[in-house]
Amino acid sequence: MARIDAQAAMRTVLLTACTAMAGWAGTAASARADELSVGILSLRPPPPPIYDQDPLPEDLGLAGGRLAIKDSNTTGRLVGQSFRLDETIIDEGDDPLPAFEELVAKGNQFVVLNLPAAQVLKIADAAKGRDILLFNAAAEEESLRNEDCRDNVMHVAPTRSMLTDSLAQFLVWKRWRNWLVIYGPHPNDQLYLDQIKRAAKKFSGKIIAEKLWEFGPDGRRTAQQEVPLLTQALSYDVVMIADEAGEFGDYVAYHTWDPRPTAGTQGLMATTWHPQAEQHGAVQLNNRFKRLANRPMTSLDFNVWMAVRTVTESAPRVKSVQFKPLYDFVRGKEFELAAFKGVGLTFRDWDWQLRQPILLAQAAALVSMSPQPGFLHQRTPLDTLGTDKPESKCKLK
Amino acid sequence: MKARIAAVAAIAGTLLAADAAEAYTVYVSNEKDNTISVIDTATMTVTKTFKVGRRPRGLAVTPDGKYIVVCASDDHRIEAWDTTDYKLARTLPSGPDPELFAFSPDGKLMYVANEDDNLVTVVDMETNKKVTEIPVGVEPEGMAVSPDGKTVINTSETTNMIHFIDAATQKITDNVLVDARPRFAEFSSDGAKLWTSAEVGGTVTVIDPKTKQVLKRIEFSVPGLNKEAIQPVGIRITKNGKRVFVALGPANRVAVINGDTYEVEKYLLVGQRVWQLAFTPDEKMLFSTNGASGDVSVIDVDALRVTKSIKVGRLPWGVWVKPE
Repeated sequence: MARIDAQAAMRTVLLTACTAMAGWAGTAASARADELSVGILSLRPPPPPIYDQDPLPEDLGLAGGRLAIKDSNTTGRLVGQSFRLDETIIDEGDDPLPAFEELVAKGNQFVVLNLPAAQVLKIADAAKGRDILLFNAAAEEESLRNEDCRDNVMHVAPTRSMLTDSLAQFLVWKRWRNWLVIYGPHPNDQLYLDQIKRAAKKFSGKIIAEKLWEFGPDGRRTAQQEVPLLTQALSYDVVMIADEAGEFGDYVAYHTWDPRPTAGTQGLMATTWHPQAEQHGAVQLNNRFKRLANRPMTSLDFNVWMAVRTVTESAPRVKSVQFKPLYDFVRGKEFELAAFKGVGLTFRDWDWQLRQPILLAQAAALVSMSPQPGFLHQRTPLDTLGTDKPESKCKLK
Repeated sequence: MKARIAAVAAIAGTLLAADAAEAYTVYVSNEKDNTISVIDTATMTVTKTFKVGRRPRGLAVTPDGKYIVVCASDDHRIEAWDTTDYKLARTLPSGPDPELFAFSPDGKLMYVANEDDNLVTVVDMETNKKVTEIPVGVEPEGMAVSPDGKTVINTSETTNMIHFIDAATQKITDNVLVDARPRFAEFSSDGAKLWTSAEVGGTVTVIDPKTKQVLKRIEFSVPGLNKEAIQPVGIRITKNGKRVFVALGPANRVAVINGDTYEVEKYLLVGQRVWQLAFTPDEKMLFSTNGASGDVSVIDVDALRVTKSIKVGRLPWGVWVKPE
């Protein structure tokens, strides 16, 4: 386990000593009465799937949190509040609980998790019944919002179903209804495939065939040979790719037997954020991020930004940095997050999933934003994306 | 003979009609075309389109009518174009990414919102020099100056606040928290009310500039439209304060509000994504820029009817009518 904030670590040591002496339980107060510390527990970015191509930045996700704190402190100094981010990084395979408890012991009652679903669940259960609110910034699993949903986890990360619904709406609107699916061998690819199938049914797309990619984890050399064979003698409008690790998806385009566009985890992608987003003030957020982190803003950075802002933007509104009023406001009907997507974002109260428009983009350009016009819903068009209330298997507890 | 009489009558009629309404000149900045369109209200046509700096947004004519001043946001400067020959007269120091600005009532100072830099820049119009920079919230946007020139208002979109700045000390004195993404602020002509719009919040908040208390938070509802489509931006108030017009963005409507009771009296259907508004000096007409449809709608202020739409450039943003 590596700690980014050495000073914070120092304070922990002192605090732990204090706690031991005074016999305090749980939440040590922040350093100042008007200061709010938001914790983030982040998995060290994995190495890239294809050798050393496009390594993920070390500050992936974290930089989004840092920007949110910086943005919020500009407001904070006008109202006498200040905010800080308490960062902890763990490696794959580490038990997240000790690092989590340490963050809580340092007074972090709002904790952003950039972790896989299983670890989110583990922490949620450990935090149950305590004055702690968790934000899931990375795990896209449906299960976390359905049978495994937890009342103390707010999801700013989209679900896979929100992503595939966004794509499906666009493809159906384009009248590209017939899809050939190529999916990878990993469990996550299967989850993504499941959601492509569900989205096809929901929006009357048609899957004409499902093909497994079994030509290894590096599509660069094999694509020209294998993709034509995999895609010939079939009639379809678009290739849907389920390759979350990025092992072959980028190499399908231009190798299909017939000239057809690609979409899914590669090609036309559904994402919460894109460096080329410019509408609704997005260009300002992208510029601020670039100045801070010296790289473009990714969807994970944006998710963490939203999670931190959910808390720090609420503090001036409730005129407090204390847990209870903030918790009540964030969970209440009044809460609305402005996040450069042209509409206010709110949480679904049946599974605490954040409703949000999803960007459809290719690597260098934004293509569209879903929900597409014409897809209606009695509550808000945003609820045409992902699991709706009647279908939800979530029983919050 | 009859035909000739008819012709004369027709000409006389035209002259009378031209006489009845003053002819004004309207300027529209086209954000994605990098141009300004010039509209003559006598013929209601675009008489000239000229090239300006990149991404022109906020636009106003100096109180003396001599210059069209426009924020060229992507060129990080403000340009002053001569209203007689449409030549670039000078550029003003603006700080990075200027978006909107307001003049002091005497026209001597210009207050600029620098969207990318959390600053309000104060520029001396005579010396063409930057006087000072005032740190404000994140993404400053809307600017307004009270009629007595003593209070400067800035709205910051990500901080969600209306900042009250003392013009003498050039420091923030008060902050009023409003709904998400406040974009525009406008004083009533007597200075007794400050009207502000929150784009993402979908509301208009009226503030008492003396007490800084919220007088009213106005919500909108258009049958058949979901709440998210209602995004208030530009605001204009008649001089007598009786009527307030609010552009509702992708709702494609301009709301007409009673300035005393705060009741929404009517929604006028205009072009798509209506952004900013400008009255003619006689307040008989109101022009709206419609970003998505690339046109300007003309509203008859007395009849509360949309009478015409005029095609301009791509993504029309700011609009201003040359003073008499």
